[in-house]
Amino acid sequence: MDIWSIVIETSIKIFVVVNVLLLTVSYSVYFERKISAWAQNRIGPNRVGWLGLLQPFADVFKLLLKEDIVPDKSNKAIHALAPFLALFVAFSTYAVIPIGPEMTLFGYTFSLVVADVGIGILYVLAMTSLGVYAITFAGWSSGSKYSLLGGIRSAAQMISYEVSMGFSIAGVIMFSESLNMNVIVQSQAGWMWNAILQPIGFITFVVAAFAETNRMPFDLPEAEPELVGGYHTEYSSMKFAGFFLAEYANMAIASALIVTLYLGGWQNPLVDIFGITGITATLMQIGAFLVKVLALLFFFIWVRWSLPRFRYDQLMDLGWKVMFPLSLINIVWVAALIMIFNL
Amino acid sequence: MNLEILLFSVFALVSAVSAVMTITRKTPVISAIFLILNFFSLAGLYLLLNAQFIAVVQVIVYAGAIMVLFLFVIMLLNSAAESKIFSDNRVIQYFAVFIAVFVFAQLAYLIFFQHPGEVINPQLAESIKAGTIENIGRQLYTEYLIPFEIAGFLLLAATIGAMVIAKKKFE
Repeated sequence: MDIWSIVIETSIKIFVVVNVLLLTVSYSVYFERKISAWAQNRIGPNRVGWLGLLQPFADVFKLLLKEDIVPDKSNKAIHALAPFLALFVAFSTYAVIPIGPEMTLFGYTFSLVVADVGIGILYVLAMTSLGVYAITFAGWSSGSKYSLLGGIRSAAQMISYEVSMGFSIAGVIMFSESLNMNVIVQSQAGWMWNAILQPIGFITFVVAAFAETNRMPFDLPEAEPELVGGYHTEYSSMKFAGFFLAEYANMAIASALIVTLYLGGWQNPLVDIFGITGITATLMQIGAFLVKVLALLFFFIWVRWSLPRFRYDQLMDLGWKVMFPLSLINIVWVAALIMIFNL
Repeated sequence: MNLEILLFSVFALVSAVSAVMTITRKTPVISAIFLILNFFSLAGLYLLLNAQFIAVVQVIVYAGAIMVLFLFVIMLLNSAAESKIFSDNRVIQYFAVFIAVFVFAQLAYLIFFQHPGEVINPQLAESIKAGTIENIGRQLYTEYLIPFEIAGFLLLAATIGAMVIAKKKFE
């Protein structure tokens, strides 16, 4: 295959992935509002369109038309850079997550992943470790003490939970013997899901994912009662929306990662049971992936409206004294499984 | 147009410019940001050399972990006296210029007269395989096992040392 067909194929994939992700993100905002309303016995958005389904578009237009206020004592360039960096990191992480197996359409075979690289999972770790910068830059460049506190809290939190995240991923790699995301999915064929084989690693990874995305109960960087709005206190208009979108994009990516690493990715049990092949099987597998991701997105929202926020010392205690040792135990557990059952 | 040469020139230019910006900016945070950009473009250069693992580790370890701690410390320090950290001592300034020229001359000599790339990797096929994670892992756990374990032990000792020092200060 020559270089230009690769470039064109990848561009199409990027276009599709970014647009699907944007749509998912805007509708997860809508569902967050609907589910929170349901949890609190309210109605939620119901004015714009049928059942309020056009609400995300109304919100975007409102935010685009608002005045962009930049604080006087801020560092202008970095202040403008931070929200775009947050979005860039969030969207580029998605490049290595496979949404389905190889697909043949009109006699042309292609893989359903933007970049099928050998170091996929390390790329994800590298990108998530850069997510810290967006929030830290936002906090520092605003020139406000609430923003700075939020930014510093976020940096400390993300570094702490990256440790248990990395060690949980080590358990997954030990089973799959590869860093390639597609190989990791294939290694979980036939209900050999990592969530079932290594439940401790699954729990530590999910908790770390909540902490990395700054979601409840770990949303201390933007704790409203103490920090006004945390790192995005001084942001308005579309720059604020950038952070808002990045938070939900990170949620979608964390869900997709949990699905890929622990819940069998695009593996669909029905395909194996009924022996379906061809294009129907591929579509069913893509459907299975989407259903799993949406279920996890619902889980993220559900947790937010059910649990109270941690105190800062509790957050650090949980990260270093509970999750970190548990993720180490998980590695020993996985090694023992491999030794005993020759997996 | 060769895509590889195009990418190389972009990454090389960005890394050179950001390196200069790192040492010329007066605000430490801005310097740190340019250093992060520099690490990034270096990771891009490693990718062009087929060293995938090194490229990603460069981003995870340097850009993702070490620079976050740097920024953390810089932001927590008082930023009012930032311009005073530059020394007014002329002797130190001349000495710094001398060291810079000396290191540059060394590197230039190595690159132009010793041809390091050709000496280390005579076969192109072998050098392409060297950067993959399978090869690095196999080498680390067979041929370089003892140095690897010693390095790990040193890191453990340093971690325990840091904890002991921090504990004494708080008690």
